[in-house]
Amino acid sequence: MKVLVPVKRVVDYNIRVRVKADGSAVDLADLRMSLNPFDEIALEAALRLKEGGLAGEVLAVSCGPAACQETLRTALAMGADRALLVETDVELQPLAVARVLHAVCAREAPGLVLCGKQAIDDDAGQTGQMLAALLGWPQATCVSELQLVEGRIRATREIDGGQEILETRLPAVVTADLRLNEPRYTSLPNIIKARKKPLDSTCPAALGVAVAPRLQILGVSEPARRRAGVKVQDVAELLEKLRQEAGVLQ
Amino acid sequence: MAVGREVMAYDVVVVGAGPAGLAAAIRLRQLNGALSVCVLEKGVEVGAHLLSGACFDPRALDELLPDWQARGAPLHTPVRDDGLLLLDARRAYRLPLPPRLRNRGCHLISLGQLCRWLAREAEALGVDVFPGFAAARVLYDADGAVKGVATGDMGVGRDGKPKANYQPGLELHGRQTLFAEGCRGSLTREVFERFDLGRDAQPQTYALGLKEVWEVDPALHEPGRVVHGIGWPLPADTYGGSFLYHLDHRQVAVGLIVGLDYRNPWLSPFDEFQRLKTHPVLRDLFAGGRRIAYGARTLVEGGLQSLPRLTFPGGLLAGDCAGFLDVSRLKGCHTAMKSGMLAAEAVCAHLEAAVAGKEVLTYPERLRASWLWQELHRARNIRPGFRRGLWSGLALAALDTLLFRGRAPWTLGHRADHLALEDLSRHAPIAYPRPDGVLTFDRLASLQLAHVHHEADQPCHLQLRDESVPLTVNLARYGAPETRYCPAGVYEILPEADAPRLRINAANCLHCKACDIKDPTQNIRWTVPEGGDGPRYGAM
Repeated sequence: MKVLVPVKRVVDYNIRVRVKADGSAVDLADLRMSLNPFDEIALEAALRLKEGGLAGEVLAVSCGPAACQETLRTALAMGADRALLVETDVELQPLAVARVLHAVCAREAPGLVLCGKQAIDDDAGQTGQMLAALLGWPQATCVSELQLVEGRIRATREIDGGQEILETRLPAVVTADLRLNEPRYTSLPNIIKARKKPLDSTCPAALGVAVAPRLQILGVSEPARRRAGVKVQDVAELLEKLRQEAGVLQ
Repeated sequence: MAVGREVMAYDVVVVGAGPAGLAAAIRLRQLNGALSVCVLEKGVEVGAHLLSGACFDPRALDELLPDWQARGAPLHTPVRDDGLLLLDARRAYRLPLPPRLRNRGCHLISLGQLCRWLAREAEALGVDVFPGFAAARVLYDADGAVKGVATGDMGVGRDGKPKANYQPGLELHGRQTLFAEGCRGSLTREVFERFDLGRDAQPQTYALGLKEVWEVDPALHEPGRVVHGIGWPLPADTYGGSFLYHLDHRQVAVGLIVGLDYRNPWLSPFDEFQRLKTHPVLRDLFAGGRRIAYGARTLVEGGLQSLPRLTFPGGLLAGDCAGFLDVSRLKGCHTAMKSGMLAAEAVCAHLEAAVAGKEVLTYPERLRASWLWQELHRARNIRPGFRRGLWSGLALAALDTLLFRGRAPWTLGHRADHLALEDLSRHAPIAYPRPDGVLTFDRLASLQLAHVHHEADQPCHLQLRDESVPLTVNLARYGAPETRYCPAGVYEILPEADAPRLRINAANCLHCKACDIKDPTQNIRWTVPEGGDGPRYGAM
């Protein structure tokens, strides 16, 4: 069974981003970019299925500018067998990515698509679900435990106050939550091996997919700054301030 | 632990992807495309741990990659205007520009950006550049010669035991290993001690550089403008100075360099730097802007007389870990690159000719015959002249450059920085103003703009030789100076009841190495944390 893992190039999770001076977008110039952490978890899950003899080939797919090749090389160094870049400089929104992946699935016929549950840059959390709908496949989202038993998937999801266990047939779309696993480190020999692994490139037009954005970003702003606290003398003053200034007490 | 580790063999192993290491790697492949070369870098990517002003003299780059302009090197802002100011608390006096501080022909750059570009050039030439892998140990062969380095283990817990994602480091063997770790490299320090490299040299002397990048009001922005300052906020007995570089994209780099031979244990370089921005001639520039980056790094200032022995069996030193900065010009990037290139040329000749012996003895000879040696020789008396303070330093510097033109018949000496600190009782405390959140900030708010990250569950990379010394010596005699000189708030004294205690917040560490240098009894040893940890500087 082939497993397809979509991977996104995002700003590194340790970076505290800032908004461009004109308020049009987040300024990414010169910042460290890395593989979306949730996608890394999805890839780790795919690699463990492969190492357990439950999956065959692991294919990593990324959509975006040429720089995404770097992200795909990281995926190959972690252990993916093959990589595909759907190259475009158009700003991609979740539906466009789902359509691209839909077209790639038609070509590659994977038995399982393992995605991160969301990308940490836009936090949309929609691509996996949209892809499942386009494919007409069952989906298990935000999965924290995954088993493959006799051609079926058993997935555990963390829900309020407990766990939910789903079972479904394959092919299916699964999206990975933080607790699914802890991804491995890449090693130097694997980084060198990854250079020789195939990294193919195509574009949305070649796949017959239109990727123009459908949502318009009106503005981007930073969260309001927290005001400095004040010290109160006693409870009476506190109550007074809560009533008069904060307006939280009647 | 070393048994059964994976080994990768190269002709040359370079430690550190800074200007020296990358220039060396590029030169090696240019000279001989058959030599295999790798570069290890502890930062998560090339440039993540690089910080410099930087007012860059392209002389070495011209020699290394003469068509750098066509290749898209990130040198976008030529220097258009030079100034040197003497500051007191209220005013600024324009000083005549010493000839060595004329920066026409130089460019205002980000060293991180430059080295990211150099790394791509190196890779295109077939160099293996490995960011995210820290060289943690030096490896020796049976004869005691360096045979390479070992990368650190990943996935080791706080208790020293392997975690689920444990991955052992591996050994990189090289016919020669080039240490280009930058100022106070941790492995360099080890080979220094093992081969006694400093035996014929003066002690090295260091400074701590703090830097911020601001986005400023376009009306006040003059791309290509350089302003160097001396005097305030530092007291006259403390060596140092400030810089202000107007880069492109409305950005201004501002920084303060503080000599680590300062005597007053109350001094806080970080707070002096914050105070600098409130000077009447500077504050308007920042008041309408916003701060976008912060960082700190030590630099070497010893110059020629502190230059150690540069070669030893199996290895060599290049760049700031040896100490090639030209203090008279406040520049170290081009000298680091040149030293890397000279080392590469010597290594290449050594390996090609199959010279007997494992030590590349021609490197110092090549150095002595180069412009780099002349440049450092002219500059050699500037820094030690400031040991008795700003005024005598300026007078001696003027005498040395104007009268003798760097050819004075004497060479002044240094002493080790950690010996300079005096008892707390001999100095009055310095009252630093509280940060205002507009021009001045505290350490923790600043750290967010350095994007520091360290895996929390790993052994502490800041090691104490003696656990009791921080209280019995550092606190008792000097009032815990590490809580003030550390620009990242790593060291903290917890005033617990009757028994105060030192807490080390290793996760804040900016990898500047100030503690390794300034700790009065050399009780703190800086070692590498997990590869990829540390700051993630964008364009510093």
